[in-house]
Amino acid sequence: MDTPVAQTDGAVIETDVVIIGAGPVGLFAVFELGLLDIKAHLVDILDKPGGQCAELYPEKPIYDVPGLPVVTGQELTDRLLEQIKPFDPKFHFNERIDELEKQPDGRFLLKTDIGTTFLTKVVVVAAGGGSFTPKRPPLDGIEAYEAKSVYYSVRRMEDFRGKDILIVGGGDSALDWTLSLQPLANSLTLLHRRDDFRAAPHSVEKMRELVADKKMRLIIGQMAGLDGADGALEGVTVKTKEGEERLPINTVLPFFGLTMKLGPIADWGLNLEENLIPVDTEKFETSEKGIFAIGDINVYPGKLKLILSGFHEGALMAQQAHRYIYPDKKLLFQYTTSSSNLQKKLGVK
Amino acid sequence: MPKITFIQPDGSSQVVEATVGQTVMEAAKLADVPGIEAECGGACACATCHVYVDEKWREKTGSPAEMEEDMLDFAFDVREESRLSCQIKVTDDLDGLVLKVPEKQF
Repeated sequence: MDTPVAQTDGAVIETDVVIIGAGPVGLFAVFELGLLDIKAHLVDILDKPGGQCAELYPEKPIYDVPGLPVVTGQELTDRLLEQIKPFDPKFHFNERIDELEKQPDGRFLLKTDIGTTFLTKVVVVAAGGGSFTPKRPPLDGIEAYEAKSVYYSVRRMEDFRGKDILIVGGGDSALDWTLSLQPLANSLTLLHRRDDFRAAPHSVEKMRELVADKKMRLIIGQMAGLDGADGALEGVTVKTKEGEERLPINTVLPFFGLTMKLGPIADWGLNLEENLIPVDTEKFETSEKGIFAIGDINVYPGKLKLILSGFHEGALMAQQAHRYIYPDKKLLFQYTTSSSNLQKKLGVK
Repeated sequence: MPKITFIQPDGSSQVVEATVGQTVMEAAKLADVPGIEAECGGACACATCHVYVDEKWREKTGSPAEMEEDMLDFAFDVREESRLSCQIKVTDDLDGLVLKVPEKQF
């Protein structure tokens, strides 16, 4: 399903609510807030909505969503997007909220890693297991080489011109970058643990042609060590069936998928318990008034990490958010089945 | 109840009682075996429940299915005896199974 991506022109975006995380719980929060006339912007590090449902298990069936005996992660995401469409949420993908600062007027100033800035009355952290970040191979000292010799993504291809590149992995990212960077590189080696690739067959075929033409090298094996100085990589030791071999490499691109890390949320002064955010069970508010946490990222006595719990938490959060955003308005509890007012908002009446 | 032995990289071991029908990962998580992270909760989507199957047991545990083999690409220091413990179902036949926990999960 097409999701409208918000356009930003560098100005501060003023809004009622910023939801951090566009997983199922963040998406449903849009619905509950929308029923109360509250508009939301959603920010997600992934390039698409759905969070873990879309990134980790889009094809896998989920059996415990009420009313849907079986639904895949992707289907659930698509249905939620359809359900919240009347409320016109604004999405900001491939961005991570890095900074949060409370303003003298009680609002929060949020800034993403690429500089998008929000001024919002309420923050809803629906970040699940944290933000998806590339997996770092657990090699000794690898941190020292990161951003100088070891990269987990390619921002500018030109930076890789003339390098002796080692790409590690067997999926589409590894193969696509192999094919794109090979013409620029001084030398390019692809390292994968088996001679079988998950990537699209035509990319694998092209890679094998380059290997046959001796334009690049394919090694079946795994990384065992790095050497160099001051972040400048000089060599990579690889382990193969035949033994160990040291390759003169100055640039490594490891593609081992994504893992979830709490990330900058840890620096916002919120109380944390083992990387989770404690909340009350009435409003699902954190230790900071106006900042809520719903879904897998929160913790309270009896917490279950279920999508359905996150939906419930979102509904209750919205009630308190309404008090902050419309302090003078009395909140009348209504059902979507009978309220013509709610039905009008949903566009069904 | 089948018993499963988990051997840590430092050589220490822990015997866990598993229930038939569980996955080995679930038995390990219930017994708090260190080094079995199972970040994705058993969806074969993360490779953080990686184990090495003792040579004598490899025939009984079988080899990884295609999806598991693909996911093992995301594990560290993968060997011939590598499996994801969420994909090994506990059976009576596996009573006495010996598994090694890798030094590092990704």
